[in-house]
Amino acid sequence: MSKAARTTLWVGVALAGAGAFAMLALSRGETVNAAWLLTAAIATYAIGYRFYSRFIAQRVFQLDATRTTPAVRFNDGRDYVPTNRVIVFGHHFAAIAGPGPLVGPTLAAQFGFLPGTIWLLVGAVVGGAVQDFVILCASIRRDGKSLAAMAREEIGPVAGGMALFAILGIMIILIAVLGLVIVNALKSSPWGTVTLLLTIPIALFLGVYLRWVRPSRVLEATAIGIVLLIGALYAGQWAAATPAVAKMFTLSPIVLAWSLMVYGFAASVLPVWLLLAPRDYLSAFVKIGVVLALAIGILFLLPPLKMPALTRYIDGTGPVFAGSLFPFAFITIACGAVSGFHALISSGTTPKLLEREPDARPVGYGGMLTESMVAVMALIAACALTPGVYFAINSPASAIGTTVASAATAVSSWGFQVSPQDLSDLARQVGESSLLSRTGGAPSLAVGMATIFSGFFSGGGALALWYHFAIMFEALFILTVLDAGTRVGRFILQDLLGHISPALGRVSWYPGVVLASALFVAGWGVFLIQGVTGGFNSLWPLFGIANQLLAAIALSVGTTVIIKMGKPRYALVTLVPLVWLVAVTSTASVEKIFAADPRLGLLAHAKTVTGSLAFADYLDAIVAGFFLVSVLIVVFDAVRVWLRVISPTADLVAQP
Amino acid sequence: MTLRDAILRVLGVPDYQGYLAHMRERHPDEPVLSQDAFMRERLAARYERPGARCC
Repeated sequence: MSKAARTTLWVGVALAGAGAFAMLALSRGETVNAAWLLTAAIATYAIGYRFYSRFIAQRVFQLDATRTTPAVRFNDGRDYVPTNRVIVFGHHFAAIAGPGPLVGPTLAAQFGFLPGTIWLLVGAVVGGAVQDFVILCASIRRDGKSLAAMAREEIGPVAGGMALFAILGIMIILIAVLGLVIVNALKSSPWGTVTLLLTIPIALFLGVYLRWVRPSRVLEATAIGIVLLIGALYAGQWAAATPAVAKMFTLSPIVLAWSLMVYGFAASVLPVWLLLAPRDYLSAFVKIGVVLALAIGILFLLPPLKMPALTRYIDGTGPVFAGSLFPFAFITIACGAVSGFHALISSGTTPKLLEREPDARPVGYGGMLTESMVAVMALIAACALTPGVYFAINSPASAIGTTVASAATAVSSWGFQVSPQDLSDLARQVGESSLLSRTGGAPSLAVGMATIFSGFFSGGGALALWYHFAIMFEALFILTVLDAGTRVGRFILQDLLGHISPALGRVSWYPGVVLASALFVAGWGVFLIQGVTGGFNSLWPLFGIANQLLAAIALSVGTTVIIKMGKPRYALVTLVPLVWLVAVTSTASVEKIFAADPRLGLLAHAKTVTGSLAFADYLDAIVAGFFLVSVLIVVFDAVRVWLRVISPTADLVAQP
Repeated sequence: MTLRDAILRVLGVPDYQGYLAHMRERHPDEPVLSQDAFMRERLAARYERPGARCC
């Protein structure tokens, strides 16, 4: 293509994006079609990828195809394996894509579609994708080292130690909050419960099949697994329609929470080939399939966005979660815009696979843009719902009561018209006794997805099947984080315990394994149980704060690396998102701990309740405080290093 | 690389054939793990460290 044609193309992309943004931002009173949101998203990603990621690749890191990567240098046929970039991209994306980008935007839809859209696009292009890319580049230049190791070596032992502690703490909160999403989706839902329960024997069967019946025939086993999953979906339908069985599997939230803890413990002590690995193959397959299907569905249906651009809840009085637009929109969306957790992947498996340095750009930057696109689709699915239905599903019982009549009255009084009939009809159509106050994001996303999918295959109770398919998909997705996370947490904990007593650190000593697993499960179990009793609203912001603070640690490492390369000017690339994240998260932590409004402030809320509920508030406040302090320590430690490096007397050798 | 292999690698299935090829090429005189031992060792390693799974 000639230079003129290229210029015309990119001017066209920029104009299309700007026009779409104008449509979204200036629409008042009438509904906007999702096509505008998709156009704005694709144009923003395209421009960010084409220009900004190229700037980072060529100017900041000077990625060089002739430089050998760790995969080539240390090729051992195991950890370090030079791999085609398309495969690395798929592998990286399957690793970073989790339930987070589906849940966050759904919750943030209470502010309207505009704040979520802007943060997902801007946050990903200048924040999240930059973080993933920069950490990946730093890691491939350092033999594929982990984030904690880089924090220790580039900043210092204090930062390294804090980073490790922060990772452990964040994993505890992450698992608890995702467990709570499952609990809220399955409570009093025999269909969903039976379906998810059956996925466990299916995984065990596949594990045995792959080990003894047909060793390593993964595709064959996964195909059988998918057929069995569909069977489980129908078994759930049968269970829900059979009163005696339905009664048995109509479980209370507290029973579900304990079941998840037992499952997490089992997954941590059982051999991985039996449960984790086969379930992971299955869920990776379902994950990519559903994301593609959702994209195609949205593209074909182009649903109108029924949610307004902005709601009055930007003032902080929203029923879905407390807190005003700044900082809580940025905390709530978390994974789809910036996710600190990705830095662990970018400095984990991925850098050990990259064949050529320039591949880091499509994998690191491009992978995050794809994840952000998934979050945009979740936002579309949530905003395509009738707002009245959205608020009835996502508001706690304390705000809308427990009957369709009280819910319809409450939600309508907020200005989102909905009738009791609408709510009971919808619940019946999706095969549930009630959809009220199913907080956590998963059920409303499932309703949105079911509506989109049943646009193609409708009739004959299709909505109910699609709804439970979507719930199963999300729950399966979450289980993979919950069990793999528990296992990793157990290993980190054993590593730490090994410093106290060497026997406890030995991963082959069974009592040590059991003790560390039990400790770690108890760690997230405490937060899960308090979330069940105290509500979703307090736990998700805590996760958002934790995840964004991990991103702040990653960006501090990135900034340090760029400054040490002798390019302090280019450190702005990571410094700008770092400053923003520190501002957002410290405001959010301080408000979450100290706000006078008991709906928002943990300490204020503790004064309104007694016993274990008050204990939970104090615990959450301590955790939020711990996260904030640990990140401030890392950031200040990093600043100290930066000043030393760029001071005129610096004698540090510049590193590549 | 076949499509089948590509899907397996994206799913994160350990590559035993690749490992054998690597050992043949680089360390022809060293003993190789059996397929079962290789798979178990790889899977165990995968679930020990943060960096294989995310939210």
